[in-house]
Amino acid sequence: MKPGSLMAPEKAHLTLDVNGERIEVMFARHKTLLEVLREDLRLTGTKHGCELGECGTCAVLVDGQPVLSCLVLGLACAGKSIRTVEGMADAELHPLQRAFADLGAAQCGYCTPGFLLTAEALLKQNPKPTCREIEEALSGNLCRCTGYLKIYEAVELAAAWMRGEQAEPRDEVLYGRR
Amino acid sequence: MLRLPSFTYLEPRTLKRAIQMKTNAGPDAMYVAGGTDLYPNMKRRHQEPRTVISLTGIKALRKRPTDRRTDGHTDGRFVLTAGLTLTEIAGHRRIRRDYRAVARGAELISTPLLRNMGTLGGNLCLDTRCNYYNQTYEWRKAIDFCMKKDGAICWVAPSSPRCWAVQSSDLAPVMVALDAQFLLVGPKGERVVPAGRFYHNDGIDYLTKHADEILTEVRLPRPNGWDATYWKLRRRGSFDFPVLGVAVWVRWDGTEIAEARIVLGAVASHPQLVPSAAEVIIGSKLDEEAVLAAANAAFKPSKPMDNTDFGLAWRKEMTRTYVKGALAELRARRR
Repeated sequence: MKPGSLMAPEKAHLTLDVNGERIEVMFARHKTLLEVLREDLRLTGTKHGCELGECGTCAVLVDGQPVLSCLVLGLACAGKSIRTVEGMADAELHPLQRAFADLGAAQCGYCTPGFLLTAEALLKQNPKPTCREIEEALSGNLCRCTGYLKIYEAVELAAAWMRGEQAEPRDEVLYGRR
Repeated sequence: MLRLPSFTYLEPRTLKRAIQMKTNAGPDAMYVAGGTDLYPNMKRRHQEPRTVISLTGIKALRKRPTDRRTDGHTDGRFVLTAGLTLTEIAGHRRIRRDYRAVARGAELISTPLLRNMGTLGGNLCLDTRCNYYNQTYEWRKAIDFCMKKDGAICWVAPSSPRCWAVQSSDLAPVMVALDAQFLLVGPKGERVVPAGRFYHNDGIDYLTKHADEILTEVRLPRPNGWDATYWKLRRRGSFDFPVLGVAVWVRWDGTEIAEARIVLGAVASHPQLVPSAAEVIIGSKLDEEAVLAAANAAFKPSKPMDNTDFGLAWRKEMTRTYVKGALAELRARRR
């Protein structure tokens, strides 16, 4: 048998920092972070969409910055801190998750992990964004269900909660205009 | 799933080592920076390097933007290293103040997520694009491959001997308009190339850079009495590559235009300088008549092909509108 012809491709063996946990993992060297997360670490909260950088569905945070996990090599993430949607909630849901649920900002939910993480990065940098700033920060995430408005409103509400304000969703956000 | 083919991944820490690795690996190797252009291309089997040499670990490519100094003196040029991300370029205070066309070009690229990854150098070396090329392997195979990859024909212009893939970088026309200089480092040493000579009007052979050279820095001219802007046409306000880009640079002498450069993006395989349009505004006060004449002059040589989004007649017509708009913006800023 020709060496290597029927053998599995050479694997990388490294320790990744995912959601604050150091995890040893082995994977084929050409795998993207998206594939490593979903297939090797079984963290399927990160969704795969276009896999070409055109939808934002696979967004995760690498060293705090939202990036497209479909276009980052797993190998290139050694020594970096990776945050996926699984790391957002602790004992309770993250305020963004709660706001998304309360306001119906998630419908089919497929794009939601990407939106949550991108919004989390925004709020860390800018705790009181305007609606325009939220729209701009989330302009790399596609959603085919909500029409985006509910998502922007949920980010605004979560931002208020995270600032310690006693904010309630406006009636028209919950029930529509009367 | 669209998966990357298997390849050897190298992470040099210095430019010298990177070039050495490229020399050793030969033509089957490619450099990668942010990966936002190369990896999708590899997934669709447009580019199939056996070795990928990552430039992200090279500190010399990620220095803070600074004035260029030789022997302790500055020549007024402002240096951007090629590994800076597009987010860093678009958000840099001094770039926003003195080189707003550069910041504008950068902030209009794709999406915030992609700009966190994509680099200045990567955008300037962006592969040319075409509706018949930027498709999956199966799609391309189904209609038979085009000459840019695996085939012999150009599906946009079947009788054409050349490839018509489109220059789709937003920063390339800006750099040509500004007459920026690019520093290339290769096995034979360094060389400086004006942005206008960095590009070829050929969809396949679109860069004058040799494959083993690395674009390491961009030198912007001293901000002294000139102004520039960039206008981008696309379907959505995010994600999309330009289907038309207009970069305009002017130098004012009092109330009149002393020098000008008008560059069209996404209508050819290179950023297209339109000297005939620049000539008609030189000596003018950018009054309505001069602006209209320049718009008409730019319209004539603007010859988009039917290989991106939107109809080509409309894209050609929009050249007029966008040149008018860009010049009007510069006039308004002068007042």
